[in-house]
Amino acid sequence: MSLILDHIDKSFETVKALKQVNFEVKEGELFGLIGPDGAGKSTLFRIMASLLVPDSGRCTMLGFDIDKEYRQVRQIIGYMPGRFSLYMDLSVEENLAFYARVFGTTVKENYDLIRDVYEQIAPFKKRLAGRLSGGMKQKLALSCALIHRPRILILDEPTTGVDAVSRREFWDMLKKIQGEGITTVVSTPYMDEAELCDRVALIQKGELLAVSDPSAMAEEGEKLLYSLRSGKGVYAYLEKVRQLEACKHAWLFGDRLHVTLRSEADATGVKKILDSWQDESLVWQSIVPSIEDRFMGLLQQESEVSSEQGEGI
Amino acid sequence: MTAAKDPIIEVKDMVKKFGSFVANDRLSFHVEKGEIFGFLGANGAGKTTAIRILCGLSYPTSGEIMVAGFNVYHEREKIKRKIGYMSQKFSLYDDLSVSENIRLYAGIYGLGRKEIASREEQLLERLGLTQIRKRLIREIPLGWKQKLAFSVAIFHKPAIVFLDEPTGGVDPITRRQFWEMIHDATLEGITVFVTTHYMDEAEYCDRVSIMVEGRIEALDTPAGLKQSYKSKNMNEVFLKLARS
Repeated sequence: MSLILDHIDKSFETVKALKQVNFEVKEGELFGLIGPDGAGKSTLFRIMASLLVPDSGRCTMLGFDIDKEYRQVRQIIGYMPGRFSLYMDLSVEENLAFYARVFGTTVKENYDLIRDVYEQIAPFKKRLAGRLSGGMKQKLALSCALIHRPRILILDEPTTGVDAVSRREFWDMLKKIQGEGITTVVSTPYMDEAELCDRVALIQKGELLAVSDPSAMAEEGEKLLYSLRSGKGVYAYLEKVRQLEACKHAWLFGDRLHVTLRSEADATGVKKILDSWQDESLVWQSIVPSIEDRFMGLLQQESEVSSEQGEGI
Repeated sequence: MTAAKDPIIEVKDMVKKFGSFVANDRLSFHVEKGEIFGFLGANGAGKTTAIRILCGLSYPTSGEIMVAGFNVYHEREKIKRKIGYMSQKFSLYDDLSVSENIRLYAGIYGLGRKEIASREEQLLERLGLTQIRKRLIREIPLGWKQKLAFSVAIFHKPAIVFLDEPTGGVDPITRRQFWEMIHDATLEGITVFVTTHYMDEAEYCDRVSIMVEGRIEALDTPAGLKQSYKSKNMNEVFLKLARS
């Protein structure tokens, strides 16, 4: 195992940021931590980076304990924090040289590892880091996190606020880095990125909801999931569908609705009702859930449980 | 481009330069009253620059621009009274309570004391926040905060609300509830001008424009764009346009 998180608990004053978080990442794996803001992702990353110590539980990176052996941990990891943390008043190349030197290496020695990423920003190497665009900052931060050839790379929300094109490019780079045998743990609020990982963990309010490979994760989701499309647009149907007795949940999902029924037996009844709406452009079909469907299913299960227990926020 | 029926925003040849850099290169488009207008583009394409001009926060270098019937050169204060604005980065004051934030914004927009009091109650009830009205904003979850921020941005019933990446980092259910609130706002006649990096959300817009390097490269309904660019979904449309 490359890294092990063993029943981690962490609280800040009265807030329980992490509750019994427990998972392992294999050597060479590209592992995704998927969850919204406030789920506890950054706290977990700070623990992995040896910057925070858990209240209880244990975290080891390649066998080194993040508390007692933090010096060794810091040698073998590359950490890209969620907030841009390079030196704004140093140039692109100065930042890179600085990080190389702190780790007792040179840019030249490991240049082959960062070549693909760094060449995209090399034309701006004299520019101050503070003056780069969002996408370029992110590439520089990745170069700096990689320059000492870490064994484990931990990236905290590298694609948040980044457009769809740059996000795609960033994931292409992560795949290449994986090819170099570096274990990567990456967090994201974008569900579509989950499908690009070997395995993913879903996290919400400090608790892991599920850990598995993306296709298994989706398959374990709702069995009674249907999609509804219409040439007239689907928004007008949202409330109508929700009012059907057979409907457990209905949500907008791009240009369609995703509808979860209460039981298999309801399917034919629903079809009849839909036919009676006399919209010939209406398409209703059973679908395989995506990771996002699965995550939404888990969130709803959880909120049903907590409302039964009478919990507020 | 189709002729405007009842435009609330009209932009003709809008140019904004910073020194020799052209951030907005002759943008021309209109937004219909009551529609949800998606304003998409890659990072650095010039979206924020354009939004700042439309909100009366910055002057264009040239062009003819009308927002809610007012001119962006010399009627900026009138524009500001007619619009609402919310962004992901900043929307509410962290160190004020839920209730204080509502009253602060309502006051800024010139609502009377009595009206504020009654509408504050309605709003808190609708959002299910009545019991936590005294909590500081920093103590409530992001999803709740964003729903409240949106409600506050339209509290004074503006003609147009500008939403700059309102759902970034929000969980997938809250994100959808947020879009349902956007739809409800349009039923009250509010026009919505919105940016997002979630391409599924582009599907929820009536029309979508896509900016590439300071220019509007495409503008149509989501269905029209998918057809023109032979794409299954808006993500593909976006990748085709922004990558080329």
